[in-house]
Amino acid sequence: MSTEGTNTAAREPDILGPIRTETMTLNMGPQHPSTHGVLRVLLELEGESVVGCKPEIGYLHTGIEKNMEVKTYNKALPMTDRMDYLAPMSNNLGYVLAVEKLLDMEVPRRCKYLRVLLAEMTRIQSHLVWLGTHALDLGAMTVFLYCFREREAIIKIFEKVSGVRMMTSYFRVGGVAREPYAEFYDDCRRFLDAFPEKMDDYEELLTDNPIFLRRTESVCAISAEKAIALGVTGPLLRASGVDYDIRKKEPYSGYEEFDFEVPLGSAGDVYDRYCVRIAEMRQAHRIAMQALDGMPEGPLQADNPKVVPPPKEQLAHDMEALIHHFKIFTEGYHVPAGEVYQVIESPRGELGYYIISDGSPSPYKVKVRAPSFSNLFALPEMVKGGMFGDVVAALGSVDIVLGEIDR
Amino acid sequence: MADEAGTTESNGEGSAETEAPKTPPGMDLRNLVDAEFPGAVLEQSAYEDREDEVTFVLKVDYLLRVCEYLRNHPAASFKILTDLTAAHYLENEEPFQVIYQLVSVDHARLLRLKMKIRDGQEVPSVTEIWSSANWMEREVYDLFGISFAGHPDLRRILLPEDWGSHPFRKDYPLEGRGERIYSKPTRKESGE
Repeated sequence: MSTEGTNTAAREPDILGPIRTETMTLNMGPQHPSTHGVLRVLLELEGESVVGCKPEIGYLHTGIEKNMEVKTYNKALPMTDRMDYLAPMSNNLGYVLAVEKLLDMEVPRRCKYLRVLLAEMTRIQSHLVWLGTHALDLGAMTVFLYCFREREAIIKIFEKVSGVRMMTSYFRVGGVAREPYAEFYDDCRRFLDAFPEKMDDYEELLTDNPIFLRRTESVCAISAEKAIALGVTGPLLRASGVDYDIRKKEPYSGYEEFDFEVPLGSAGDVYDRYCVRIAEMRQAHRIAMQALDGMPEGPLQADNPKVVPPPKEQLAHDMEALIHHFKIFTEGYHVPAGEVYQVIESPRGELGYYIISDGSPSPYKVKVRAPSFSNLFALPEMVKGGMFGDVVAALGSVDIVLGEIDR
Repeated sequence: MADEAGTTESNGEGSAETEAPKTPPGMDLRNLVDAEFPGAVLEQSAYEDREDEVTFVLKVDYLLRVCEYLRNHPAASFKILTDLTAAHYLENEEPFQVIYQLVSVDHARLLRLKMKIRDGQEVPSVTEIWSSANWMEREVYDLFGISFAGHPDLRRILLPEDWGSHPFRKDYPLEGRGERIYSKPTRKESGE
């Protein structure tokens, strides 16, 4: 102590010189409300600007992919919607499409339309959660309440159609779990008819709001080249101006029959990501309306009794149906050996299912290419050099779901 | 046919039993790589002859050169490494496969690269070519125990640093090793 005192005394002329500073390490999370899950971000700060950022993940790792390897293809399906719990139908869709690709199986057109309708409702629902929480992170409370009101309406439809609010597991290999309930189409139409007006309400609160603009415009931007190099996909990539939407480039489940646009940004900042997602919700509404209007007649399940369980009524009087039912739910069905990688455009980006089959009733290996995983990897690039307060804005704009990052 | 589709070899003369004029999918890319690096591609296959399921099995020594070539060549332009994973085959002589999924935004197509390696063999890291490989290689290192030479920050990513083993290997049981199972204390233990 005393020596230090003499030192300062000796250096007295320097006391008005530049203040010696050092960087500070700040721990954000794992229980920070804006991390939307259990994520820990280590930040290195110099004053208020961020010089380093290290996301630490893995808190929710439960080995879902390993778990799927010991289950039959049917039993592995409910694991998929537990990954991205905000977009369960999209996750189901990716998985069933991958297995259908392995089985070389085509589902009826009505099933494709129903899947598209529900997948787009999922996109709206997921984006609503994003919009609400993102706005809440930036201080706008009302939007959050509005968004969750509309989300609840979708969730109610999901609950009625599949039996569960969030973990739907409604899409099945070769079709869907059951025929939608009688008023399903009316419920969807009622929601979709009212929705554009609601969208206008959200936009009125945010799009030209000067506070929102100052928090988001030219904040945490990434260029198109950088976004591609970092493996970013989905709305994030499109906000940087890259026209890559799997629904257009690698159409699946009949998306080639629908008429929609791919909204693009240019600056790649937080505001552009907001605009792209808002426009995507309007496009999702447009696709859902087309699916609803053009819903074809006909069967819902693929005609493949080895894979698709027979209708319940048949079991009482049809021996063959009973045998198939028993086989499917005990042994499962055999899938030809081979490997496929099926990608779909989930609300968060490119969702890929890589499945290796060895010909047995359970997958040899499943790898889920989770969009949030790759998108979160871009976070350090986004926030470096920016202000500390913008980390929250950036994190919100990435729209992560930790469940699928850690799997 | 379906069983064999995953391993169909087509070195030009292999497709004699199918219709002669039909070229296997991905042949344009194969020719591109072969012209530059003869012998780099050991096998070529495509599930059910699908354009979007083309797989090349590469020689490990060629990995970095082929990847860089495929990224930069305008006819391939695989600018995105979208996924990187591994598979474990216990009984194989080369038990591990490292699998790369590439995306070309310009040509809207996918390509899968594969490498077969021995246990403990190091794989060159592709982080210099695609920085997105960073976390994916860490994940493979974490869950399969495959090391990547030249990776800037090869640490475990999902599991705690002291986990000790690699749970996605096939010999790792679903329950057991490393599991933290909570068991209720019996009456004797709790002193009742």
